[in-house]
Amino acid sequence: MDKIRTDVLEMLSVVPDGSSIAVGGFGLTGAPIMLCDALCELDKRDLHIVANNAGIDPTGVGRLAQEGRLRKFTGSFPSNKNFFALFHEGRVELELVPQGTLAERMRAAGAGIPAFYTPTGAGTDLATGNYPARYDADGNVVQWLEPKDVRVFNGRPCVLETALECDFALVKAHRADRLGNLAFRLGSRNFNVPAAMAGKVTFVEAQSIVEPGAIEPDAVHLPGVFVQHVVQSTGGWVGTPTAPGAD
Amino acid sequence: MSGSGRIGWTRSELAARAAADVPDAAYVNLGIGIPMMIPSRLPEGREVWFHTENGILGLGGVPEPDQIDLDVQNAGKEYATIVVGASTFDSSLSFAIVRGGHLDIAVLGGMQVTPSGDLANWTAPGRTPGVGGAMDLVTGAKQVWVLLEHADRSGRSKFMRRCSLPLTGARCVTRIYSNLGVFEPAGSHFDCLEIAAGIDEETVRELTDADVSFARLGAGTVA
Repeated sequence: MDKIRTDVLEMLSVVPDGSSIAVGGFGLTGAPIMLCDALCELDKRDLHIVANNAGIDPTGVGRLAQEGRLRKFTGSFPSNKNFFALFHEGRVELELVPQGTLAERMRAAGAGIPAFYTPTGAGTDLATGNYPARYDADGNVVQWLEPKDVRVFNGRPCVLETALECDFALVKAHRADRLGNLAFRLGSRNFNVPAAMAGKVTFVEAQSIVEPGAIEPDAVHLPGVFVQHVVQSTGGWVGTPTAPGAD
Repeated sequence: MSGSGRIGWTRSELAARAAADVPDAAYVNLGIGIPMMIPSRLPEGREVWFHTENGILGLGGVPEPDQIDLDVQNAGKEYATIVVGASTFDSSLSFAIVRGGHLDIAVLGGMQVTPSGDLANWTAPGRTPGVGGAMDLVTGAKQVWVLLEHADRSGRSKFMRRCSLPLTGARCVTRIYSNLGVFEPAGSHFDCLEIAAGIDEETVRELTDADVSFARLGAGTVA
């Protein structure tokens, strides 16, 4: 078994326009920037991106958003001005989801759980459907979020959330072996694990590719069974981070 | 935020005042904004475990330039540090910690709060919506503290009878720290527990769009 690929463009050329793609990372930490760049180079369009952020910088998912390659974004923090402008011009659909619900919907997809109840968001506009999902070109709302079913457990209202299965996933790992076993570093694991679980086919860019066994069994954060393709990452972390701290 | 009309505590003082109330051995989540200033203002000798939604339990303060690690950021996507004994995990487990009731306190920023403990902090007209983990946090944490400016730059109070902005959560807030003092939602009114230096009761009343009681003023809040 060898999941290592040498050409990132060739690897991702199998992704059709219109695909749904789960993307790991929180901001730019753990974001598969090289894989997102490759989708841009390949001129992929009409993508449904499932990720926590729509990208703060024009990097990673932010670049896909800025170049207008999204037909839909599902996530918790679409704090990208360019994306937001496209949303209000009716050029992209937004499914706004609380962050923990997003992670669990992605995990559920890979765990064989079609739906689950959670108290998060119950009674809010995101659960009642009182938030726009799509505008027309004149800025009128033409579609709202779908209202969620509510059921009371232990006296507490909970909303029904469905699994977020995606055609593909893009993941950034610290270390990977040819079997697809992955290890992440510190805060970069974040959405990479749920994304890999959500994707039917998962592509990984790895900071380093190591021999099987080099990642000790107890140190494997994501078993290779969730991973189909691994490519060597050529870049590190190239974003412009927020300067440290507080005034 | 420190415009010319600013009164009461500075943002730094506000964060330090909240930090003083964080009990020893607490597990605490910090939201974006003023809450992020808490770790570096914690009283000496207090062992508090800071959780950040992006998958770290054991978040430290702001790093020195030579300590910056690209893989360690807080929920506001600022560089952070981790302390000895920290653990890291994925977002799904991170929100199991949040939703599962394992956090003692969630400290959040706010746009509007009410006497019944409602909180609005995820969207406002003309702003990009950022729900993030706020709805999970107000659902799961044992206590929800809100740190915010008492009024906005044009003097409109953020302490209201009813939120005009979409709710993050209803009846979830347990404690509020503003530049004017320390408050608790008490159902029909806000209880003022402490007033910032240089501020009087009249100013608090004027800048609060709901009833305020001073009957519990001085009720010990420092842990």
